Amino acid sequence: MTDLLASLRYEDWILHALIWLPLVGMAHVVVSSPERAKNLAFAWSSIVFVLSLGLWWGYEPGGGGFMLESSTPWIESWGVSYALGVDGISVFMVMLTTFTSAIAILGSFEYVKTRRKAFYALMLLLETGVLGVFLATDIFLFYVFFELTLVPMYFIVGIWGGERRIYAAVKFFLYTAVGSLLMLVAILYMYFGGGAGSFGYEAFLNADLSLREQLWLFAAFALAFGIKVPVFPLHTWLPDAHVEAPTPGSVILAAVLLKMGTYGFMRFLLPFFPGAAQHPTVVAVMLVLGVVGIIYAAWVAAVQPDAKKLVAYTSVAHMGFVVIGIFALTLNGLQGGMVVMISHGISTGALFLLLGMMYERRHTRLIEDFGGLGRAAPLFATAFVITALASIGLPGTSGFVGEFLALLGTFETHAVAAIVAATGVVFAAYYMLPMVQRVLFNRLDNPENRKFPDLSRREVVILAPMVALMIGIGVHPTPILERMEPSVQLVLERVEGAGATLGTASAGPSDGGPPGYVGDAGPGAQVPVPATAARED
Amino acid sequence: MLTPALLLSAALFVIGTLGVIVRRNAIIIFLCIELQLNAVNLAFVALSRYTGIEGQLYVFFVMTVAAAEAAVGLAIIISIFRHYETVNVNKFNVLKW
Amino acid sequence: MTGVTTVESAVTALAGTPPLTAPPLAVQEAASWEPVLPGLIVLLPLLGFAINGFLALRAAAVSSAAVRSGSEWDPFAGAATPATHRLPTLVGPGVMLIAFVLALLNFIGMPDDLQEPVVRSYWSWIATGDLRIEAALQLDQLSAVMMLVVTGVGFLIHVFSVGYMKNDVGYPRYFSYLNLFVFFMLVLVMGSGYATMFVGWEGVGLCSYLLIGYWFSDREKSDAGKKAFIVNRIGDVGFLLAMFLIYQAFGTFDFGEVFAGAEGGLATGGATVTAITLLLMLGAAGKSAQVPLHVWLPDAMAGPTPVSALIHAATMVTAGVYMVARSSVLYALAPVSQAIVAGVGVLTALIAATIAIQQYDIKKVLAYSTVSQLGFMFLAAGIGAFTAAIFHLVTHAFFKALLFLGAGAVIHSMHHAAHHAERHLDEQDMRNMGGLRKYMPLTCALMWIATLAIAGIWPFAGFFSKDEIIWYTAAWAGAESNPFGALYAVYWGVALITALMTAFYMTRLMIMTFHGANRTGAAGAAHLHEAPPVMTLPLIALAALSVFGGWINVPEALQASFAGLFGALPMSEWLHHWLEPVTHAAAEIQVAGFGEAAYSAPLGGGEVTWALVSTVAAALTVAVSARLLGTRKYVAAAADSGPRAGLGRVLHDKWYFDEAYDAVIVRPLLRLSRWCWRFIDDVIIDGFVNTTAQFARLAGWIMSLFQTGQVNMYAFVLTVGVLLVLGTTVFLR
Repeated sequence: MTDLLASLRYEDWILHALIWLPLVGMAHVVVSSPERAKNLAFAWSSIVFVLSLGLWWGYEPGGGGFMLESSTPWIESWGVSYALGVDGISVFMVMLTTFTSAIAILGSFEYVKTRRKAFYALMLLLETGVLGVFLATDIFLFYVFFELTLVPMYFIVGIWGGERRIYAAVKFFLYTAVGSLLMLVAILYMYFGGGAGSFGYEAFLNADLSLREQLWLFAAFALAFGIKVPVFPLHTWLPDAHVEAPTPGSVILAAVLLKMGTYGFMRFLLPFFPGAAQHPTVVAVMLVLGVVGIIYAAWVAAVQPDAKKLVAYTSVAHMGFVVIGIFALTLNGLQGGMVVMISHGISTGALFLLLGMMYERRHTRLIEDFGGLGRAAPLFATAFVITALASIGLPGTSGFVGEFLALLGTFETHAVAAIVAATGVVFAAYYMLPMVQRVLFNRLDNPENRKFPDLSRREVVILAPMVALMIGIGVHPTPILERMEPSVQLVLERVEGAGATLGTASAGPSDGGPPGYVGDAGPGAQVPVPATAARED
Repeated sequence: MLTPALLLSAALFVIGTLGVIVRRNAIIIFLCIELQLNAVNLAFVALSRYTGIEGQLYVFFVMTVAAAEAAVGLAIIISIFRHYETVNVNKFNVLKW
Repeated sequence: MTGVTTVESAVTALAGTPPLTAPPLAVQEAASWEPVLPGLIVLLPLLGFAINGFLALRAAAVSSAAVRSGSEWDPFAGAATPATHRLPTLVGPGVMLIAFVLALLNFIGMPDDLQEPVVRSYWSWIATGDLRIEAALQLDQLSAVMMLVVTGVGFLIHVFSVGYMKNDVGYPRYFSYLNLFVFFMLVLVMGSGYATMFVGWEGVGLCSYLLIGYWFSDREKSDAGKKAFIVNRIGDVGFLLAMFLIYQAFGTFDFGEVFAGAEGGLATGGATVTAITLLLMLGAAGKSAQVPLHVWLPDAMAGPTPVSALIHAATMVTAGVYMVARSSVLYALAPVSQAIVAGVGVLTALIAATIAIQQYDIKKVLAYSTVSQLGFMFLAAGIGAFTAAIFHLVTHAFFKALLFLGAGAVIHSMHHAAHHAERHLDEQDMRNMGGLRKYMPLTCALMWIATLAIAGIWPFAGFFSKDEIIWYTAAWAGAESNPFGALYAVYWGVALITALMTAFYMTRLMIMTFHGANRTGAAGAAHLHEAPPVMTLPLIALAALSVFGGWINVPEALQASFAGLFGALPMSEWLHHWLEPVTHAAAEIQVAGFGEAAYSAPLGGGEVTWALVSTVAAALTVAVSARLLGTRKYVAAAADSGPRAGLGRVLHDKWYFDEAYDAVIVRPLLRLSRWCWRFIDDVIIDGFVNTTAQFARLAGWIMSLFQTGQVNMYAFVLTVGVLLVLGTTVFLR
């Protein structure tokens, strides 16, 4: 496989192809007829997915830095370049994006009946935007793509959504725009005030920031990403957006768009502001928000009458695990957070697809309108149960690996947070099982549900790979873990190394984070690394 | 020689401005705008005697713009007239909140 | 039958040179023993699950098409044994038989001097940083015993199910779940570390959920499944946290490394080990239905009866006991946890026994009886008698599986009767039974064997195992430096009383079901019948095990007395010696901490005396209560609402545990959740968000007032503005 890829000079063009091919597809869709739009969109997204698979072999987890890097000056006078690269953190996000985009497009065939050309064009535009976010190594470029994703999503919710679609779309747009504007200010501050001098990732890494500056910038970045994640209490746009969005929109939103937030935490927040990221107050705040998110969202989810809203709230709970995993600042925690991101993308994406199938058949999302579907649609019920179990983290599914590692990593440094968060495991059963029961089990007493058709062949094709991935990752996650590890380790070393130097360099030793963090793990932590050394890599 | 020319220009401009503000007929408002433009042209020409050729150069620009504006503006007025059968600008308020 | 004879012959073969006092830390050259396909044992049930699952989906496609077309699918139309049943009948029990044979081969082949478990690692499950979790299976004496129980009893119950579930539409689905359960159960008992064990641990919980709610169209049944899962998950959180602590303390989840680290590195009674063991106990309490997490097990009786026998009596619910026994080293290091485990156990035993006395549902009685017996096992595990705990686990698996399957046969028969009865008939209510001995003599006889066994009457299996638990409680109560000696003495007394209560409620069950006058009604009674051979044969096998199963561990002290038939019973403390390599480390720690166990009971008297006392007392209880209850007149369920007031009512209503949980936890939580949603989310957070938006809208509205739509107005404002700007630049220069 590696030889084949090398003979194709895969490394030279793949990242560019990934970003621009969906756009080509979009153009193709626009000039074609509405009838062909869905097939074309699926074809193009499938091509992108197949191409992205090569990254599994093409990406070599070496030192953990960026691979397949390329950089072309774009706006030279500002130091902006079109710079792409992929590392262990982004490679799986890219594959998740290409996978779920193709699946979501396939899943929308029956759902979207109006303005099909526009819809599929926007889906492909969205894919470009998201891939750009994950692949850009230039902060300016990243920001452009980050904002670009808003536009298609706004229209997807606003045009093809449910009854309150305008409210939901505007809420989604404004909520996220507020955050990203603050981030823009922070980026500009780093560019002008922090002496970055260019928008390159390395330049930002090396920006010279005092702890005070770091804390402020951290807050701005954290707000932008925290809204995307979403972190409690910035989450209220999510249930509305999910409920109103059409199925494919929900799938992409849950599977990919939320990950841009946690990805931002890992890619930018921790390495750029290691001092702030280690600040005990900051860590405490983030952990508390994460834990509250896990439990609070689980509670709220449990009493939702609308199945889609329920699943939307479970997203908040799942992302809480990612947040605590990240801010525990341990290898296990970060790795666990990554796996939760992947797993949540697959399982929640599948749940939204299943709910979409229910909606297509019955035109209702209220849980009480269902019941006993297990008898009318056994295949559907089987897929639903497996997905629900993966979502609540049963061992042997991907959800368990992620939550287990995230909790374990959190327990290493912040036992109390992990203990409280672990109760989320019970609450997961508390929200998911009653829903499963009220939809699939109980008496089949509604005559309309008797006519509920089972999965069509297309739907089986959609769900089968997702179920396979849930179980596959649950049984053998090591190949993924070992590919991510060097990059995650690098993030951790940056935080710890810089934290150590900051502790000695800054005015008060207490500013640099408690000494307990240093020396917990990582080779760099034993000997405080001088600032320059830490920043060279 | 300069002062009278500038005074004339200013007077024309004020007349034009007042016309734009107080008149209701779209054609007249339009002509008043032309008057303002030409007042400015006069000032340009007068000043070019002291500052160089650029003033006269700008006059050509303004005239070109005025011509284009006349074409577009009159076309708009005509199509509005066809729609409302009036050129009273007070009737054109659909864009008001 | 094969099970018994082969086990015994194997045992006699092994007992030739029993390592009576296994050299504690002598580094024996571990015999290089090659286990027979341990991976295949686990894989076979999974394969069965895959095949049956596929068949189930195919069958379900047909039945669901029928549902959609408005009718119901009848697989039995036209054929006695429908085609959908043939392959599952072969595959379901088939894989179990092969797995059992393989387990037996491993058991027989396992050398006596195997001191360290044999670990087979298959792939690296979770590997990141320093964390290494292998997907690995281990074989040692303890897991070998458990494998035999799981596959052996499991096989018998699979066979029974062939008859019991014969008329069920979901037949292949049933067997797929059952196979999946056995797979996870084997992972649980064979996993080589806490993480691997946890996979099986939650997996069996899943299967329990699926099987309790097997008839998912019934709301009550799917509720019961849900309850079981959620209560189990509460325990699982304890297990999870215990694992985190274990990882923090030892840097690994592997049993071998953890126990070695604990033995060498942890002080007795330390905070860490106490916390670990208490959290593990929480997990065990959830899985094994110990107070206060026992509430799910009686509800779990909603599942098909063979499921109750396999999962909720013989195997899954004993997983907690297995886990405590597996962690014996940790528990031995934490005397406080031990006392708590034993206390929880004895309390559970007592409470469940009291409830069982006042139940009318035959399966509910057995369910509470199971909870009670599990309490005994926890008592044993808590006082450090790990062998006794496993011993009781094994014998209990035999006689309780027999009781449940017997009850299944009764229900099966009653079900047919209920079809023809002139009034509605609860087929599980003992008040509707009575006199079934006449119709089902074989089942009645077999169930009496199990009853005598569970009552602890010599020479049945339960006598030996229960007596050992009670005796060890007494013995450790008197250990010289046991800080909880007095407490243990109380445990001993309660355990003795509970044992007599066991005898009473089981006799009550037998009398109400099989003796006295028949209360089914003439129309129904005509259809009562003995179960078919496919169901009675497993019963006979289990009955044999219930009779002889106790002989694998005749206490040495009793060997020469009446209990060992004055030396005729061959297996002197065989199980004890067999498990020695697993338990000796814990035993040493315990002796080091508590001193030697006293060989007399708190009230004086030795082992033989008390064994005699307890068996005589139990026999008397059975005889007297049979005599008393036999004369009592029962009315059919429809005309009886149970005891009206007083203690009887409280017991009948299960001490109001469910009601209390509902009032204190479930409903407040739901109310809190709703409040969070309606108030915090909708009012506070969204209120803030929407107010911000409203503010912007208001500002926009105010500004829009200036948009009059009058072009002249705009021109005027523009002019004034220009003048103002010009004016300020000119005059403020």
